[in-house]
Amino acid sequence: MTPRAMVLTCVGLFFLLAGYGMAGDRFGTPELPVSGAGEAKKYQEAHPPKPPEPPVTGQQSGPMFGKTADHTKFEALKGPFANNFEVSAACVGCHTEAEAQIKKTIHWTWDYISPRTGQRVGKENVINNFCTNAKNNEGMCASCHIGNGVREGEEYTFQKESSVDCLVCHDRTAGYYRTPPTKGNAVCATMFEGLPPIDYPHVAQNVGLPGRENCGSCHFFGGGGDGVKHGDLDTSLKNPPKELDVHMATDGANFACTRCHVTKHHAIAGSHYEMVAHDEHGVGGPGELRQAATCESCHGTEPHPKPSLIGYQLDAHAARIACQTCHIPEFARGGVATMTDWDWETAGKLLDGAGYYEEEYTQGNGEHRHTYWSIKGSFVWGENLTPTYKWFNGDMRYTMPTEQIDDSQPVVPINDVLGDASDPGSRIWPFKEMHTRIPYDAGNKTLVYNHLWGDDDAAFWGNFDIAKSIEAGMEIEQRPFSGEIGFLPTVSNWPITHMVAPKDAALDCSACHARDSRLAKVAGVYMPGFSRFGWLETLGLAGLGLTLLGVVLHGGLRIALRSNGKGEE
Amino acid sequence: MTDATEAEFRGEDEPKRTVMIYTAYERFWHWSQALLIFILALTGFSVHGLLPMDYRLAVLIHSYAAIALILLWVFTTFWHFTTNQWRQYLPKLSSLWEVIRFYAWGILTGAPHPYTKSLKRKQNALQSLAYLTFMVIIGPALWASGIVYILFPLWAKLAAGTIALPLLAFIHTAAAYMMVIFVLIHVYMTTTGKTAFHYIKTMITGYDTIPLSKAQAAYLREQEPNRLK
Repeated sequence: MTPRAMVLTCVGLFFLLAGYGMAGDRFGTPELPVSGAGEAKKYQEAHPPKPPEPPVTGQQSGPMFGKTADHTKFEALKGPFANNFEVSAACVGCHTEAEAQIKKTIHWTWDYISPRTGQRVGKENVINNFCTNAKNNEGMCASCHIGNGVREGEEYTFQKESSVDCLVCHDRTAGYYRTPPTKGNAVCATMFEGLPPIDYPHVAQNVGLPGRENCGSCHFFGGGGDGVKHGDLDTSLKNPPKELDVHMATDGANFACTRCHVTKHHAIAGSHYEMVAHDEHGVGGPGELRQAATCESCHGTEPHPKPSLIGYQLDAHAARIACQTCHIPEFARGGVATMTDWDWETAGKLLDGAGYYEEEYTQGNGEHRHTYWSIKGSFVWGENLTPTYKWFNGDMRYTMPTEQIDDSQPVVPINDVLGDASDPGSRIWPFKEMHTRIPYDAGNKTLVYNHLWGDDDAAFWGNFDIAKSIEAGMEIEQRPFSGEIGFLPTVSNWPITHMVAPKDAALDCSACHARDSRLAKVAGVYMPGFSRFGWLETLGLAGLGLTLLGVVLHGGLRIALRSNGKGEE
Repeated sequence: MTDATEAEFRGEDEPKRTVMIYTAYERFWHWSQALLIFILALTGFSVHGLLPMDYRLAVLIHSYAAIALILLWVFTTFWHFTTNQWRQYLPKLSSLWEVIRFYAWGILTGAPHPYTKSLKRKQNALQSLAYLTFMVIIGPALWASGIVYILFPLWAKLAAGTIALPLLAFIHTAAAYMMVIFVLIHVYMTTTGKTAFHYIKTMITGYDTIPLSKAQAAYLREQEPNRLK
């Protein structure tokens, strides 16, 4: 056989076998020999049909695009609806599990037990240093809280069996809004007057997955106004340019919040109560959508361009530095300011017997911000701010209203960022620090509940009497109160993780690797360009100096004596 | 007939000859090493924060220059062993004190140098001790710590929370200070020849005028005539 013929034979045999195999796969069994009905029956008896296997549950289908339902065609959504409660009732008529899902999440409960610190946190439990406490001010807080059972005149409670407000998250017409379910005092209630009516059928028929506006309708306004609390979350992110946020940029990736805050059964990843400070897991398996809101869950753990000397070195930084530290060089840079200082002690001043405000700060987008407001006190604002950097292992320890505080400290942390250089799970993270002087019980040395919102005569936002409102707040929460009010300097820490700049606007090496390092105050890490070795530097430079001196003296003597020896032969 | 061969012919003792004592490779090695060490010192002390060069640029240049120097050293070590030149660095302690005394005092009073350069022994006792220190202590401390340092991405995770990196940086920095001091003295010592630039000229051209033994002269005439001027 010639070599050519051999090759042809082999190729032919291969196709013959492959073809046979394929046919076998497709039809399961080779064709039966046709030699009578009796034999076929015998064959079937010997090979009874298998029962269908139950489908494997929990399979990953990957992201879906497009939809199969047009909400404008649903009879149930044609209305008329008297209020959002009736719309939600229509929603859960089809989305039968949605309400039960929501009620398990921290979005509903405002209650969370940290598995790592054991603390019971969440808005229902902690004191903050903005409007200090959600508790007993729920009427106001519920302008965000998605509880929907409270109607005018009813007392607000989280335990109430009530329907969830679906629209605040799923309205895609911008035609829906929430107002506080309880009216509050005249001084505040006017804020919610004169709003346009809501066209409920139109809103209900145009629902969709939440966009930035939906999440933003609450989260952009944390702390009581646009950008007040976080500094990296404000209305500039509704329609941001690339320079402000590469992910959310309308001319860029145009991500909705849930693109990163991956959601499963209405549980949204990435609460700041359960942060992942050092994600070493990365992207997961191919095509796997991890329910984690970390940078690494999309970008992996080694994201910098390679092969490149700098690329490898930058990847190595990830062991100690959060991505955000370099890639969010400044926050509050979209034209909306964030509050940095707040003094409650000045609250309650009146002008001609009434509350008033001053608007001395003009932010980047031209809007004026309160620098004083009788109901809250004095404020300081900032934009394009450099974060404060701290070691962070993902845990925070909250100063709870039940514990005694050491008020001799220069500043009392509302939430202490945990982690340190010796812990491989900690990384250096950027934070916004909020400095507030809040009222406290100077006799018992505890934080206090302040009763701000309500149409009763004890509410501070009405009577401007802080002694009375705190006494009422403590009484409602059944906490001991000495009656002695002081003002306590506090700091709260907010991790900065939004407003990611384009890569060429990331921090330059020399921002940290220099004497005036951004990380100068972050202890415990060796940073070339910043760190010094104390006595070694002294010894080295002294050695260098003495050598130079020796050379000059020796050389000078040689010149003075006009002697060069005779040199070596 | 030149003077030297005439002298030899007449059987006189050790005539001086102008001979290439530093071969082309040796000079290439010396000057490229000098250049790289200057670059490494400038960029290295910039990375350390003592000089003002941009950090990122300094890191890049420092890393590439270090890789180049390591390659040069690998070749040169090979060269030293294949040519037996490594023997030049064996310390000869017997005349060390004399040489030290010369540089400290004799050079000022016009005393003759106690050492005579020969083809077999190009360096005086102090020189070979200094170069040995350079090649056995300062050099390896720098390149060994430097190689581990440049491979930081491979062990960054393991080292988190340990003193590995600062310890390494300490060794590297300490050795760098010693290196700068060495270079400073070395450069100054080059001015102690017959004229201030004699040694530098020798290191550039490779030629110096030294006494040759009869055997050496004969060998060079036969085998490497191009080394004789």
